[in-house]
Amino acid sequence: MIGLNFVFILAGILFAAFAMLNLIDATNPQRFGNAVFWGCYSVTLLFGARLSDFANGCLVLVLLIVGGTSRLGRGEPRTTSGEERRESATRWGNRLFIPALLTPALTLLATVLLKGVTLNGAPLFDPKNLSIISLGLASVVAVVVALVLLRQPLAAPIHEARRMIDMIGWAAILPQLLAALGVLFADLGVGERIAEILRHVVPLDNAFAVVCVYTMGMALFTVIMGNAFAAFPVMTAAIGLPIIVGRLGGDPAVMAAIGMLSGFCGTLMTPMAANFNIVPAVLLELPDRNGVIRVQAPTALVLLVGNTFLMYFLVFHAR
Amino acid sequence: MFTLVGVLVVLVGFVLRLNPLIVIFAAGLSSGIAAGLDLFAIIGAFGKAFVGNRYLSIVWLVLPVIGVLERAGLRERAETLVGRIRAATAGRVLLIYFGVRQITAALGLTSLGGHPQMVRPLVAPMAEAAAESRLGPLSDAARYRIRAHAAAVDNIALFFGEDIFVAIGSILLMKSFLAQRGYDIDAFGFAMWAIPTGLLAFLVHGARLLGLDGSLDEARR
Repeated sequence: MIGLNFVFILAGILFAAFAMLNLIDATNPQRFGNAVFWGCYSVTLLFGARLSDFANGCLVLVLLIVGGTSRLGRGEPRTTSGEERRESATRWGNRLFIPALLTPALTLLATVLLKGVTLNGAPLFDPKNLSIISLGLASVVAVVVALVLLRQPLAAPIHEARRMIDMIGWAAILPQLLAALGVLFADLGVGERIAEILRHVVPLDNAFAVVCVYTMGMALFTVIMGNAFAAFPVMTAAIGLPIIVGRLGGDPAVMAAIGMLSGFCGTLMTPMAANFNIVPAVLLELPDRNGVIRVQAPTALVLLVGNTFLMYFLVFHAR
Repeated sequence: MFTLVGVLVVLVGFVLRLNPLIVIFAAGLSSGIAAGLDLFAIIGAFGKAFVGNRYLSIVWLVLPVIGVLERAGLRERAETLVGRIRAATAGRVLLIYFGVRQITAALGLTSLGGHPQMVRPLVAPMAEAAAESRLGPLSDAARYRIRAHAAAVDNIALFFGEDIFVAIGSILLMKSFLAQRGYDIDAFGFAMWAIPTGLLAFLVHGARLLGLDGSLDEARR
C-alpha cells in the first residue's frame, strides 16, 4: 500500500537537494549551517520511522541549535530579474495560471479518484492519508506540466524551491516542532492541570458563566497549545460534558460544535499555530512575524464573543 | 503544578520575541525536568513526537512548482490581470477569495487554497495590484497590511467553513469523543451547528475587508 512514507521520501529527497545546493553555494555566508539544517531534516523525513526515538531526538536537537543560534543564511541563486519576469509574463499570459491552479485541482481530483483504487482487493493508497498523498502526487505532476508548458530549464524547479526554502528558513519546520512540543505537554498532563484550575473558578449553577468559561477556556487553551484539537478533549471532559450537558441539560452537539469553533478563534491569535500564522508572515516577507495575527485578532475576538452568545442561546433550547 | 513551567516558558519566550526554536528547546527541557524525566527520556519523547508530526511539512512539496512559476512571471501576470479590472479594490478581491474559500471548504474542498499554493503566488499580488491601480504606488506599510490581510482571509475562511462539512477532522474528533462517552450523534448533527458561526464570520470579516479599502484611501491622503 502506498502511504505517507511515499510522500516523506519525496520530501526527504527534496530537502537533501536543498542541503547539497547550499553546501556548494559560495554566495551563502552560512552555507554549512544551511547544509547541516536541511540535511538533518532530510534524514528525519527519509529514515525517521526506522531510527530510534533517541536518534531522532538528537537530530531535532541539532535542528534546534543550528536554527536557534542564527546559523542559517541565504545565498544568491541565479533567478530571473524583474524585467525578465515581466517579459515572460507578457509572453505566456494566462497560460501561467494552468500549473498554478493544477496543484489544488489535482490534489482534489486525486483525493476523490484514488479512493476506490484497489490492488488484489486491498486499497492501493492509504485511505486515511489520501489528501496528503494526493498533494504529493499533484505537486510532481504540476512541476512537469509547468516545465513543458512554459519551456523552463530542467533544473529551475529545484533551484527556485531552494531559493524559497532559504527565504523561509527555520520557520519551515516550526509547525512540526510546535506540534511535537504540544504532544510532550499533553503527555505530561498540562491540559488536566489547566482544566483543574478552571473548574475551581466556575460558578456551577450560572449557565451563562459556565458557557463563558467553556468557550473562553477553549480559546485560551488553544492559544497555549496552538491547536484546538488538543484543547477540545480536555475542556469538554472537564467542563462541557459534566456541567453544560450533565448538570444544566444542554445539547451535546451544539456544545461540541460551537466549542470547537471557539477554539478556532484561539488558533487565529497564537504564534503557537505557526503553520497558519507565522509561516505565511515569513512567506509574504512581512517585517513583523506577528503581522498576520494582528490582522486576525479583531475578527477572532468578535467571533469568540459571538460564539459565546450563540452557545448560550442555542445549547439549552436545541431539543 | 510544576508541569505548567513549560507553558510559562513558552509565554515568556513569545512575549520577549526570542527565537522560537530556543523557546521550544527551553520549554521542552524545563517541563520534562519538572515532570521528573531524565535527559535521555526527554530527547527520546521529543524525537518521537517530531517524527509523528512529519505530515505537517508536506506542504513544502509545492515549492518547486510555485518557484518555477514565479521565475516565469506568474505574480506579474496576476497583477496585470487584476490591474485591468476597474472595479477591483484590495478589499473586494480579498472578499471574493474569502467567499470562494469558505464555500469550497464547507463542501469539503479544503485543499483548494493555502498560503504557499494560492496566497503568495496569486491572492496577495492580485490584492496589491488592485490597490495600486487605484491609489498609485503603495507605501511599505500599506503593502504589508494588504499582504497580512491576504494571509488572514485564507485562515478565517477555512476555519469557519470546513466545520460545516461532515467528514472533516474536527467533526470526526467530536463525534468519536462524544460516542466514547455515550452520546452517539450523527456527524451532520455537529456540522449544522457550525453554520451560524460561519455566517457570522462572513459578515464580520467581510465588513472589515470592505473597511480596508476605506482606510487605505484615507492613509493615501
